[in-house]
Amino acid sequence: MIDYCKEIFKGLKSLLIGMGITIKYCFKPVVTVQYPHESLKMPERYRGHIELVPNEENGEAKCIACGLCQKACPSGCITVDGEKPEGAKTKVMTSFVLDYTKCSLCSLCVEACTFSAIRHTRRYNLASTSKEAYIIDLKKRLEERKK
Amino acid sequence: MSALVESLTDETFVLNLGPQHPATHGVLRVKLRMDGEYIVEAEPVLGYIHRMHEKMGENRTWLQYLPNTARLDYLHALAFNHVYVNAVERASGIEVPQRAEYIRVITAEMNRISSHLLWFGAFVLDLGGFTPLLYAFDDREQLLDLLEAITGSRLTYCYFRFGGVCCDIDDTFINGTKTFIKRMRERLVMYRNLVTDNVIIIKRLKDIGPISAEMCRRYGATGPVARGSGINFDVRRHEPYSVYPEFDFDIPVYHECDSMARYMVRMDEMEQSLRIIEQALDKLPDGPYLLPKAPKIVKPAKGDIYQAVESARGSLGMRIVSDGSNTPYRLKWRSPTFSNLSLFGEACIGMLLPDALALMGSLDLVIPEIDR
Amino acid sequence: MDTILNYIKIAIDMEPFRLLVYLVGMIMFIAANAAYLVLLERKVAGHIQLRIGPKENGPFGILQPVADGLKLMSKQLLVPDGVDPILFRIAPVIVMVPAVMSFVVIPFSDTIVARNMDIGLLVVFAFATINFLGLLLGAWGSRNKYAVISSARVVSQNIAYEIPMLVTIVTMVMVSGSLNLHAIVSQQLNGFWSWNLFNFKASPLMPIAFLILFVCMLAETNRAPFDIVEAESELVAGPFTEYSSMGFGLFFMAEYANIVIGACLATILFLGGWSCPFGILPGVHWFLLKMYLLIFTVIWVRWTFPRTTFYGLLNLSWKVLIPISFINLILTSAMLKVF
Repeated sequence: MIDYCKEIFKGLKSLLIGMGITIKYCFKPVVTVQYPHESLKMPERYRGHIELVPNEENGEAKCIACGLCQKACPSGCITVDGEKPEGAKTKVMTSFVLDYTKCSLCSLCVEACTFSAIRHTRRYNLASTSKEAYIIDLKKRLEERKK
Repeated sequence: MSALVESLTDETFVLNLGPQHPATHGVLRVKLRMDGEYIVEAEPVLGYIHRMHEKMGENRTWLQYLPNTARLDYLHALAFNHVYVNAVERASGIEVPQRAEYIRVITAEMNRISSHLLWFGAFVLDLGGFTPLLYAFDDREQLLDLLEAITGSRLTYCYFRFGGVCCDIDDTFINGTKTFIKRMRERLVMYRNLVTDNVIIIKRLKDIGPISAEMCRRYGATGPVARGSGINFDVRRHEPYSVYPEFDFDIPVYHECDSMARYMVRMDEMEQSLRIIEQALDKLPDGPYLLPKAPKIVKPAKGDIYQAVESARGSLGMRIVSDGSNTPYRLKWRSPTFSNLSLFGEACIGMLLPDALALMGSLDLVIPEIDR
Repeated sequence: MDTILNYIKIAIDMEPFRLLVYLVGMIMFIAANAAYLVLLERKVAGHIQLRIGPKENGPFGILQPVADGLKLMSKQLLVPDGVDPILFRIAPVIVMVPAVMSFVVIPFSDTIVARNMDIGLLVVFAFATINFLGLLLGAWGSRNKYAVISSARVVSQNIAYEIPMLVTIVTMVMVSGSLNLHAIVSQQLNGFWSWNLFNFKASPLMPIAFLILFVCMLAETNRAPFDIVEAESELVAGPFTEYSSMGFGLFFMAEYANIVIGACLATILFLGGWSCPFGILPGVHWFLLKMYLLIFTVIWVRWTFPRTTFYGLLNLSWKVLIPISFINLILTSAMLKVF
């Protein structure tokens, strides 16, 4: 009989303690960020899709189309093309296309590049209605950013 | 024909706990044969998310397979990274600097805490309490922000490399982690008051879903499922790898074999992980975070290596068969959830349906890991 | 001009006009409550979970119920093929009408009561029991095997919790000496300590009786932690699966109306109705304040606790609440006899 009452009392006490916790949190400030109106800044090392790093002097891409990133990528998203102009020492990159629909953001390409020619952006809220928007032409992006 | 006759004469009916279901945590289908309220027979049907990760391994180089390892069990991705990288390093004889080992242990234990927090939230959500899920996710956000600052990803980490980790940790991370540990200890007390001591949860979990130690041994269940049934086996203590022998932590073992025991094992494991992280942060040595002369192309010696690691769900194993070239010959994963799920068919016979769902929640299933 | 005003004055005093005003007022009160209690629940749930609830529609989400109502009304009112034509259509009405009718006898203040019946309390309980009859009929009419099983559970849950509620009510009737709700409140008008909650002269277990009434109210209206009906329907279909659009909307509104009635009843019986705790300015505002505090507690309880199992629920009623309420009844009658 006494055990029965004690059990009921203990159960009731646990319920009231639980309610006390929730009401305490009810009056605390919210921890959410109201997304479309405010957004968070991504940390420095955040892995967004890659972009070409421009040369400080002339603003051209540092990439020399060696193809190391293309070989390193597990998913085959990078396509680099280059040609060697007359009398130059290294190749010049003519096209750099990233197929973002296959990228797994593993960062193996950035580590493979010995010239530090690619780096991660911090873009994360990319939305589009067509698949073609995700076949990113990085050379065109670099030129648009130069302007 | 006999099955048809059987179903006409007895009163059971087949209920499909379908692939789309809020309580199965992934695409799991369970064919239940019910007699009124009680389950007579249960048969899990798998394969809805089979993505052929083991086959993909044969077409990629050793380094290119790393992102795949994180996608198997996305909740404790660093353990999967860890087992793969460990196995390949053992096979190729690559030494890992001490600092890198400590960083690996710290990040893997943080990932374990975040996996247990998500399990906790989802489990109480299945039982009908909506609020602890959001409190758990609030804690998880802190963890994910800390890990994002050093690895760049929030869920599917591709952070370990052969010979260390890909980037170093800095002071902001160390201070942030110390603040997090202090905050998490208070939150664990709050979870105990809100959920563990709550009479409704105790009535829902105590003596529900008994899984005896002998059943665990028969099906090969490991991890919190086995430790909740009294089997004292943890890969970090009994087959140590990395720098775990240098830390002082307990292995929580409960002998009651019910869902409450498995729940308590995981809550205690979170506390022990906090202890490990604290000790690792204090003892963190200086040095390189990646082996300076790490080979660019890794070619393990010809042979067969098995490496086991303790993931949040149990003993995770990886078997590597190498033929000396730069792509694997065969990769085989030993998924802990697969063995844990296989005892569901026998354990839930004669139970009521809501109790069976509580049992499934306490097994902590992540279906993509089963189906690979 | 004067004669028109005179006629208006005479008309307002006339009974049919007064009843019409009350009828419209009641229905508007219930509709507004059903709509805005949902919003209150979502906001409170949000703040307990450290987030804001709805906020996009109008400031603080004020227009959210309007959007929800428009959405619900614009859905197709689907009547499946094999259903019983009369039962299926009439079930939502059977569930809604008693909820509305119970408001007739509830005194919001000294003068605001639609019809001050001497058997007011009995009327409220008579209507409360029709509630789950409607649910059963609706599930039966849906010709859905799982709906019938689910509604059978609802019926057994409600019957199990009717008993402690009625025993507690009988205790309160013994204490107050009448079934007239207005008279029950009139005995509690002398400030804080005259409330029945603290009426220790009648029984030392009064706060426990209040708790029992509160728990029974949660179970009667199928709210968490006793919402097996709505939630176990993740697996087996709930009693109102086959209903869409306004049929479902009516069940929903009836649930919130029942919560309001339960809160009103608890306020009247235990918390002193429209009296003020400090004895100043009694009126309808105190009644509404107490009622909404109780409703806030109902919402607070829902978002804190997980669900009980069905057998745990029945065990709680038969093994805990009924013995305690009977002990309270016997103790009260003994103390009333002695003192």
